[in-house]
Amino acid sequence: MAAQVAAVCAGAPLLTGMMRQVRARLEGRAGAGVGQPWRDLRKLMRKEAVTPQGTGPAFRMAPLLLVATTAVVAALVPLASTATPAGGSSDLILVVALLALGTVALALAGLDTGTAFGGMGASREMTVAALVEPTILLAVFALSMPSGSTNLAAIVSGGLRDPDRLASPAGLLATAALAVAVLAETGRLPVDNPTTHLELTMVHEAMVLEYAGPDLALVELGAQMRLAVLLGLLASLAAPWGIATTARPAAVALALLLLAVKVAVLGAVLAAAEVFWAKLRLFRVPELLAGSFLLALLAVTASYFLTGE
Amino acid sequence: MNAIGAATAAAAALAAAGGILGAALPGRARVLASGVCTAALGAAGLAAGAAALRGGRWSATAPALLPLSGAHLAVDALSGLFMAVAGGVVLAVAVYGVGYAAGHGPYGTGSRTAQATLPVFALTLLLVPAAASVSTFLLLWELMALTSLVLVLARHRGGGPGERAAVREAGLWYGVMTHFAFVLLLAGTGLFAAGAGGETFAALRAGAHALSPGTRGLVFVLTALAFATKAGAVPLHPWLPRAHPEAPSAVSALMSAAMVNLGVYGVVRLGFDLLGGGPRWWWLLVLGLGALSAVHGILQAAMASDLKRLLAYSTSENLGLALIGVGAAGLLSDAGRRAPAALALAAALLHLVNHAAFKALLFCAAGSVLRATGLRDLDRMGGLRARMPATCAFFALAALGAVALPPGNGFLGEWLLLQSLVHGLAVPGVVTALVLPLAVAAIALSAGLAAAVFVKALGVAFFARPRSAPAGAAVESPPSMLAGMGLLAAACTALALVPGLLGDGLSRAVAAAGAGDGPPLAGGALAVRLDRLAATMSPLWVACALTAAVAVVAVAARLLARRRRRDNARLWDCGGGAPTARMSYTATSFAEPLQRVFDDVLAPQQDVDVTPVRASAYLVERVRFRRSVPDRVEHRLYRPLLSAVSQAGRAARRLATGSLHLYLGYGFSGLVALLLALAAAR
Repeated sequence: MAAQVAAVCAGAPLLTGMMRQVRARLEGRAGAGVGQPWRDLRKLMRKEAVTPQGTGPAFRMAPLLLVATTAVVAALVPLASTATPAGGSSDLILVVALLALGTVALALAGLDTGTAFGGMGASREMTVAALVEPTILLAVFALSMPSGSTNLAAIVSGGLRDPDRLASPAGLLATAALAVAVLAETGRLPVDNPTTHLELTMVHEAMVLEYAGPDLALVELGAQMRLAVLLGLLASLAAPWGIATTARPAAVALALLLLAVKVAVLGAVLAAAEVFWAKLRLFRVPELLAGSFLLALLAVTASYFLTGE
Repeated sequence: MNAIGAATAAAAALAAAGGILGAALPGRARVLASGVCTAALGAAGLAAGAAALRGGRWSATAPALLPLSGAHLAVDALSGLFMAVAGGVVLAVAVYGVGYAAGHGPYGTGSRTAQATLPVFALTLLLVPAAASVSTFLLLWELMALTSLVLVLARHRGGGPGERAAVREAGLWYGVMTHFAFVLLLAGTGLFAAGAGGETFAALRAGAHALSPGTRGLVFVLTALAFATKAGAVPLHPWLPRAHPEAPSAVSALMSAAMVNLGVYGVVRLGFDLLGGGPRWWWLLVLGLGALSAVHGILQAAMASDLKRLLAYSTSENLGLALIGVGAAGLLSDAGRRAPAALALAAALLHLVNHAAFKALLFCAAGSVLRATGLRDLDRMGGLRARMPATCAFFALAALGAVALPPGNGFLGEWLLLQSLVHGLAVPGVVTALVLPLAVAAIALSAGLAAAVFVKALGVAFFARPRSAPAGAAVESPPSMLAGMGLLAAACTALALVPGLLGDGLSRAVAAAGAGDGPPLAGGALAVRLDRLAATMSPLWVACALTAAVAVVAVAARLLARRRRRDNARLWDCGGGAPTARMSYTATSFAEPLQRVFDDVLAPQQDVDVTPVRASAYLVERVRFRRSVPDRVEHRLYRPLLSAVSQAGRAARRLATGSLHLYLGYGFSGLVALLLALAAAR
């Protein structure tokens, strides 16, 4: 479990760096190297944090909460091994709710600044989140129905024992819906552009405009960790092969390695796809999300029809 | 007479004393005496409910109290749960109400009528779940409706003309709808009692199986609709977003946290306990009502910019979630899945308890804001965190419960609800296979939107800078109001961290309702275990893990940071000068993207009114933009109904021309028609 949290913390910036590098190469640029996000974080830690006028605890606490919720989620999710000490509590609904808590904290911080950008970012982020959270919950629900439990360890080991479950219509639909929701939740194209510098197109970036120095470093680290955790979760749910079912160090180490490979492949595919995508207009995003919500609903309905007695 | 009986008798005596003192004493003493009596009454109710939840039972009969039938009271664990919730809410809100009413002078909440009525209303909240015969139940139910109507109208005297019109309209809607429900309830329970051959609940229970399925169905539909009206379920909700905002905030808290619960109590008591469960379509009806209310309520809350209206719609949403749980429990129970059925009902009841705690706190905090600023419009608030820090903290705590995210207290109820629905696929049938996913979708959608709603409420009202002069001049509430809110906040925290303590009581309540087998929850302070479903949740552990993680991250960031934090820096303003309060996002602008997303469902109305300068059509003198998001159900269902009724009334006026001969003719022809009908029927 500790290894998992450490791997997510250390690996998340590398994942982002790798994705940027893949994109840069595909666009014909040299790229800044895989380690660049870590260097950015180091640079930000050296600058001074800023508390703007009229902001309160909500502004100060939000980056901490964002990283903390993601770290707790990283500890809960069976990324490397299903036999973790937190296995009994690794509930999918809890994971979704904790991620939403981080989003809510950041949106409140955006409103706390009282600037137009903060409010705009918070409003857009919550609109997206209000549609993403139901999609994830439904997809999660569809995935947990065959196991009869929302416990992640049970779902993942169920998938290991019975691979047909993953290829069932319900499983495929739910995975597709979950994939779209992950894109939206982590603010990737086509929902949000993480590298935009034009305020009017920003969603996530507008909300965190007032952060500087170590605060900004935490916000960025939090966002990178969320991406890593969610891709890892997707990998664990859709392709659980290789996950250790015991807590033996050798098995866990192997599983961590496999996890890194899986997440890296997913990240590379995502980055490559992003080269060919344009950002959707903000008011077209709900159509995409409504589509994935429907997919998730179909997944739940399918599992009622196909696995019901 | 055991502890429950003693506490109930004490509550009745306190209500009488509070009513008399409230009517007799002058000024401040009246508020204080009535408030103290009501708070003590609430404490007695809490004690009685807690004793019943620990397994106590009590029943009493007073043959002389009501003509013909006598009054019957009986308390079991199910009644105890609702008594405890009502008692707790009454206790805290009464403490809060002393400070709240004191600021309002001789009119409004502090008036003689309001202070004399308040203890009686509080007593009916406690006694309705304890009623054990149809006539006792109906009497208390009606008394509850009437006293609450008086309290809703409390602000009519002494208000401005606009306010008076709004209060009057709210009172009219509430009075009419609640009596419409009462007629349904009277018909349903009357039919039931006639068929079962007795009017005590024991006789109904014994005689329920003698009824034909058609009669049972009719009884259930009539009473379920009546109870759904009380619970504010869509489409029977229009009274709720009117009456809750217009009532004094302490009364809104009582109504929203204690009174509406009794609608769910009624469905559970009648559907499970007295009728002994029923066919699938009953529960699909309840589930459908619940799902519709959940989604419609939270969507309207997302659009509302009146803080108390927002909270009222959120009540409709949460009661909808509880009804989904009740409906799911009925479906599962009908399909023979008794263990998940018990879990679904326990989830619904737990959600009601949690909702009572956070909603009472939210309404009290909204009342504090209203008292400090005179504002209910979110668009004009802002910056209240710096001016009312304690109120802001209470509101934030309650909002965390309302968004159903850990470590708030609303999370566990929704988690349990989803857990019970995971097992819904055991229910056979195409209809259930279509309806249950939709119910899950409704829960998920309402959970997602609730986050946006309460981010809006908290962020716009309390954060940023004041958007109007009254908001800038706000001061913190007096200690008694803060004490009342503190009690509710303590309840929220306890429910959030150690809900396992309620486990045994909930199991007893579910067993008393007879909806399922076996204890659904294994309690314990640390975790909630669902023994039969292999699921565990330990909110305390989650809260500890989050706190530890925040602490670790904070310390690490502090250690790694090289330079000191700069406080009070300028906001980034694009170089265009300091941003003003008018630039910050309002509640309306915050909700605008969501409104666009749900455009087709909400059907907002907007008109742009351009006045050109007289000399040229191309130069604009003034542009006026108005937009409103009317309640569509109300718009489509009630407007046509009301206009049809008034049209019928106008048409009927032509029959009454004032001629006495014509009226005698009507009487004669009516008699002849009746005699003919009787002769034909023979």
